[in-house]
Amino acid sequence: MVDHTSSAAVNEPGREVAQDGHWIRIVDHFKREWQIYVMLLPMILWFVVFLYKPMYGLQVAFKDYSIFRGVAGSPWIGFEHFETLLYSDQFARALKNTFMISMLSLCFGFPVPIILALMFNEITNQLFKRTSQTIVYLPHFISTVIIAGIVITAFSPSAGIVNQFLQWLGIEPIYFLIKPEWFRPIFIGSGIWQEAGFSSIVFLAAIAGVNPSLYESAVIDGASRWQMMWKITLPSILPTIIIMLIIRIGNLLEVGFELIILLYQPATYETADVINTFIYRQGIQGAQYDLAAAAGLFNAVVAFVLVMTANTISRRLSNTSLW
Amino acid sequence: MANMNLYSRGDKMFVRLNMLLIAIFTISTLYPFIYIAAVSLSEGSAASAGTVFWRPIGLTLAAYDYVLAEPLFWSSYRNTFIYTFGGTFVSMLIIVPGAYALSKPQLFGRRYFNLFVAFTMWFNAGLIPFFLNMRDLNLMDSYFGLIIAFACNAFNIILLRNFFESIPQSFEEAARMDGANEFQVLWKVYMPLSKPALATIILFCMVARWNGFFWAMVLLKDEQKIPLQVYLRQVIATLADDEEFGLSIIDATYSVETVTAAIMVCSIIPVMIFYPFIQKYFNKGIMLGGVKE
Repeated sequence: MVDHTSSAAVNEPGREVAQDGHWIRIVDHFKREWQIYVMLLPMILWFVVFLYKPMYGLQVAFKDYSIFRGVAGSPWIGFEHFETLLYSDQFARALKNTFMISMLSLCFGFPVPIILALMFNEITNQLFKRTSQTIVYLPHFISTVIIAGIVITAFSPSAGIVNQFLQWLGIEPIYFLIKPEWFRPIFIGSGIWQEAGFSSIVFLAAIAGVNPSLYESAVIDGASRWQMMWKITLPSILPTIIIMLIIRIGNLLEVGFELIILLYQPATYETADVINTFIYRQGIQGAQYDLAAAAGLFNAVVAFVLVMTANTISRRLSNTSLW
Repeated sequence: MANMNLYSRGDKMFVRLNMLLIAIFTISTLYPFIYIAAVSLSEGSAASAGTVFWRPIGLTLAAYDYVLAEPLFWSSYRNTFIYTFGGTFVSMLIIVPGAYALSKPQLFGRRYFNLFVAFTMWFNAGLIPFFLNMRDLNLMDSYFGLIIAFACNAFNIILLRNFFESIPQSFEEAARMDGANEFQVLWKVYMPLSKPALATIILFCMVARWNGFFWAMVLLKDEQKIPLQVYLRQVIATLADDEEFGLSIIDATYSVETVTAAIMVCSIIPVMIFYPFIQKYFNKGIMLGGVKE
């Protein structure tokens, strides 16, 4: 990014005038350009009030917060909350679950949109292609609450379609949603169902950018479609795959906790409780704001380091940083 | 791509197998919607017994009658519209001029303002400080609070700013000659030229608002102000609890299952109606989104 800030001023005559001249130019600039500052102001105010002020409020992580004393008035207690978290089994569990769920959805969820994109690309019937794409993109636009509703209905022990199917196979019904061992497969599976189709758009776009002459010469050499997919398409979109993978790793701590809140129960906390659900329960439901804020700060710092590392790696690899 | 008649026999097999697999994936994506729709139109006893698979058993609108007679359903539906349209409007009111200002080279300290916005993508104070801030600002339990608190995000601003930056200076020069001020340049030159980017951002905002439930659930206590998704969540919670204690209310014509499914269908219908219109934009939107700062 090039900084053009002062270029307007530089080109004007009288640059060498003394300090007062400098001020006159600044006043001049604001007189002339005040409108863009008026346009900028609401947005900056919004950021200050809704994003930066909470960062100031993060100090409750180091305080014995009481509602009556407020953020600034509560006494400092140093790292006490962090020590509590360090020795808390629940926090350790939440940390472990966050990484487990993230890693598992990365392993199982990440390849699916790539495979889908490769498969969509091989379809020659345009109507079939468009129709199926329209359908697989749809779940992305559906609310988490509805996803949860579908999951709860489908996996219900008495009325659910899944258990009906199991019964038909002669298997005893399973109450999936209170079984800790079933939580992760269900959560990750519904994530793939919801997002795989829509995520394939990025890879389809990359495929669209592949040089067609590569395919033409491959056809002349008598390559099969399968070979072209493996030898041309896949290597060509590898940079996009790597960038997307890096973004995913940078966002490793961002587990879709809204869906977890809707699906988990005390019986499944063991495998389902992640950092953000822990924060929600301790802080917002349990009113232990200071402790929960400490957990949140920990989360934010780790996430920041991950994102920055991801960006650096991506810059080295591709010369195009993510921002 | 390659010509049809150049396919070998292996290729034809490959293409057919591929189509079959895509068809299976597509059907399994669509199936849950069909299942929910079928449950919503079935008799309560059939839905509770789990005999519904893909078509309604004992076709009845009883669940819809029950849902549509519920005042809370209507108020929450209305609220969802208020949050979606009001929220998107307020977002655009702040984002569009802001992104425009950020795109102007003459903006003093432009680099720092950009960093100021982008930093929030990398570091976020988290749930608790945000929640406490909302309480301190007295924005709990209000329409305005929920609308204003989620008006901006760095991603949308950067996306739009990039688009504005890509518009050649020459377009605005004619307008400036005619003595147009910044607001007029934005309104008459930049906005008409940025339709795809604006449509994408409006789409992102509206989808997020329509589907959002977490903060609405946390911030709103007054039942009269909750949006549809929060209402639906309450109903689903009843469903889950009933399962736990094995107490599903089974009426002759409707049950917890059919009622929940009916609300879900009612919430999906507007999305389905708008979906064909928005579809042509999100391919573009993703492209735009790929180019960050």
